[in-house]
Amino acid sequence: MTKAKTPKARVATVWLDGCSGCHMSLLDIDERLILLADKIDLVYSPLVDAKDFPENVDVAIVEGAVSNTEDLHKIKLIRKNSRVLVSLGDCAVTGNIPSMRTVFPLQSLLDRVYDENATINKKVPTKVVPKLLEQVHPLHEIVPVDVYVPGCPPSADTIFLAISELLEGRVPQLNEVTRFGA
Amino acid sequence: MSTAPGVEICTLIIENRECGGRSDQTILDVAEEYGIFIPTLCRLPGLSSIGACRMCLVEVKGSNKLLPACVTKVQEGMEVTVNSERLEAYRRTTLELLFSERNHICSVCVTNGHCDLQSLAQKLGVNHITMPYLHPHVEVDASHPRFIADHNRCILCTRCIRVCAEIEGAHTWDLMGRGTKARVITDLNRPWGESESCTGCGKCVQVCPTGALSEKGQAAGEMMKRRQFLPYLSMMREVGK
Repeated sequence: MTKAKTPKARVATVWLDGCSGCHMSLLDIDERLILLADKIDLVYSPLVDAKDFPENVDVAIVEGAVSNTEDLHKIKLIRKNSRVLVSLGDCAVTGNIPSMRTVFPLQSLLDRVYDENATINKKVPTKVVPKLLEQVHPLHEIVPVDVYVPGCPPSADTIFLAISELLEGRVPQLNEVTRFGA
Repeated sequence: MSTAPGVEICTLIIENRECGGRSDQTILDVAEEYGIFIPTLCRLPGLSSIGACRMCLVEVKGSNKLLPACVTKVQEGMEVTVNSERLEAYRRTTLELLFSERNHICSVCVTNGHCDLQSLAQKLGVNHITMPYLHPHVEVDASHPRFIADHNRCILCTRCIRVCAEIEGAHTWDLMGRGTKARVITDLNRPWGESESCTGCGKCVQVCPTGALSEKGQAAGEMMKRRQFLPYLSMMREVGK
């Protein structure tokens, strides 16, 4: 893991199949955001306006599991364009709650939601929304991951520690401060 | 140190330390007396030890097999290794297999924050599971008026079986099937609520290391296990023998 090549580290945060709780926890680092703002350039995030995932990203912090074809496309692009990939939160690390649907065959799940329980317009959507994958995957089942930050969500302190260590060019040691379900 | 007939005092080396123990003690007993940590999961003081979970495997010089410290008696001159790359790899793999075999969703589990499996993973640095999750369809038995058996969280440690047979004396719980299809069952695999042998004492719920057995009405993270009764009842059982 090398230190950021640009004066300010180019950081991206991504929201795949999760509840955004990890991003809420990220915002919960409060006034320390100002400290971070001096050191990072937030090049892509649900919190900023960039539409496409950029190239040459130093640290990509990804929340959520890989559940549909869009997630799959995104995580491969993110890996290709990022030096360090951080798996943030239990959905990204284990599949967590989104993965609970994997217990059921996909077609029976779609039938249940869009047919059996629907009162009007009984039809599985095929346009605009991406197709669900047969099963939900944690990030590392699809692409190599550099840093794991379990927790649901990881605490603000854990996230701040992880980012601070990465900005210093170190691999964060987080076993003392977080775990599955933390 | 008083000894029963046939019991000898042994000296052995555990993790490069000279230790003394009785020949009726296990490696784990002696290691704990010397403050040497060996991870365990299925074992619970007060119940019999069965070496099911394989977390306490250690290396003993002269044996190419790994031995479970909880059921291996000490011997004179034994040299025991507790921490090595090989042992750490086995323990890590065993834990990961437990997580991948059923559906352990910590964040919504009744024992989140009070779970032996979860805290051992943290202690051993297991922060992701490298093998694919099986996502099996596993049943939940909520037929008992006060308790729930959620087999999604069961790791087959058999603490419930042992406490029910050895302490409560009911032997309601038992084990059925093999491999990934193995299940703990009540009576002859009847719903727990229809069990005729269950006394409803709840000891199984309290000794369960995970959220597999819990009290009804608990939300995520609310189920605290109370095991204070066990040393006392276990002692009374020994006295009564």
